[in-house]
Amino acid sequence: MERILFYILALIMIGFALASVMSRRMLRSVIYLLFVLCAVAGVYFMMDYNFLAAIQLTIYAGGIIVLIIFSVLLVHHIEMRMEIARPTRQLLTALACSLGLAAFLSVIYTYDFQVSGPGPGTEVSVIGAKLLDYGEGGFILPFEVISVLLLAAMVGAIVIAKGTKLSENKNEVK
Amino acid sequence: MPLRITENIHNWLFSVMPEGVASLVEMTLIAVVYLTIFAVAGLFLVLLERRVAAWFQLRIGPNRVGPQGLLQTMADAIKLLTKELTGTEKADKFLYNLAPYFVIISALMALAVIPFSAEFHAFDINIGIFFLIAISSIGVIGILLGGWSSNNKYALIGAMRSGVQTISYELSVGLSLLTMVVITGSLQLSEIIEVQKSGWLILQGHIPAAIAFMVFMISGTAETNRAPFDMVEAESELGAGFHTEYSGMKFAYFFLAEFINMFIISAIAATVFFGGWLSPFGITESIPELGVFWFLLKTMALVFLMMWFRWTFPRLRVDQLLTLEWKYLLPINLVNLVLMALLVWLNLTLRL
Repeated sequence: MERILFYILALIMIGFALASVMSRRMLRSVIYLLFVLCAVAGVYFMMDYNFLAAIQLTIYAGGIIVLIIFSVLLVHHIEMRMEIARPTRQLLTALACSLGLAAFLSVIYTYDFQVSGPGPGTEVSVIGAKLLDYGEGGFILPFEVISVLLLAAMVGAIVIAKGTKLSENKNEVK
Repeated sequence: MPLRITENIHNWLFSVMPEGVASLVEMTLIAVVYLTIFAVAGLFLVLLERRVAAWFQLRIGPNRVGPQGLLQTMADAIKLLTKELTGTEKADKFLYNLAPYFVIISALMALAVIPFSAEFHAFDINIGIFFLIAISSIGVIGILLGGWSSNNKYALIGAMRSGVQTISYELSVGLSLLTMVVITGSLQLSEIIEVQKSGWLILQGHIPAAIAFMVFMISGTAETNRAPFDMVEAESELGAGFHTEYSGMKFAYFFLAEFINMFIISAIAATVFFGGWLSPFGITESIPELGVFWFLLKTMALVFLMMWFRWTFPRLRVDQLLTLEWKYLLPINLVNLVLMALLVWLNLTLRL
């Protein structure tokens, strides 16, 4: 049962990932990408890691995809198609992709994976305690660094959105 | 009683079939039950909305089909099923047909997590509330897609407004629920109800809980795109908003999902603030079958409150809508969260 579900999810992921790259309509690509991300959330659910699955759904499916759709809505008309690349470029991309895939697969198949024992648990309380833990194996430093980074991004966004003030006659920038 | 019936069906299924097939059949049965609840609740809420609207406007409302018009929405649903499905020539057909399913599937998934009573609870996941927030953020994709792919300017403007509105108000919904999680100490919905056996959370948390409830109801109404926040389908400016080009059953999907979302918001509020299926002061604690009754009573009272909003307040402008969220609700919410944390820390919560 689990195995069948995993293969179904894997097929969905690979199929829609390919479709997302190959589609010539921008919004369809975004929706295929959404399906890939939802399937990843499904894999997390299968591993009983509910918290990560819900994060995947909120941040990626609900947040980032909505933002991408929003920007597509602003800049893209429904009749537009993405242009097809030149043949030489297509060939180069195919070569680079297959090289990357080969390297990736060879690393996975040659590495000797060990079966890990039961982890520290996936409850939200355990995750929260780990995030604020400054002892051994705690994640307080990355947590704080990320919060500073987000704050900087927020300040930057406000500065950009604010723009410059217009003067009285509203034509020239002060 | 309900436990007995499901237990008997469960045992019978596993006795006549191999295990894998039986669990598949069981899942299908549960899905069918929830689909039925979905359809019946949706139709009933549409009728309720029309009667309440009529009552507020001193009219009678639908009263011809069946006793007191009870069968009116059933008749409407059958009519919608038989209608032609029209579409625009230059629409993106694939996305156009896909959009209603996003809305309806996210509403159905949210319905599965809600505890109707102690036993009537399909999926008691340990991140309950967080899962609800995650699911509700996906529904808006359906609206955005429907608006864009129908290749209609009104639909596109409606979809854009919906995106802005849902992204902003999701923050307030999440933060106000987070304020209550500070008291409960758990995200699991069954445990949240367990905590409330010593007093409903709105009493336990008194002032910050009341503020959180108000913020939740306002932002919940905005999340479901209902008046006074129905910028998405403002009839007087946008035709029908994002579903202008939809007809027949595809339109009905959007319509039903809107009402089910209203039910879900009220159900979350009833569960988190008013004790879910617990009876007031434990008066019917000896009869656990009444849990569904109490749950539905509380939820319906809150649904009525949302309908009251709709027929009382005029529609907001887009800028007012965003000012309300970013300049008022969000700061209030953040201060409220700190206040609640202080309250729990200093042990000032009320317990019976």
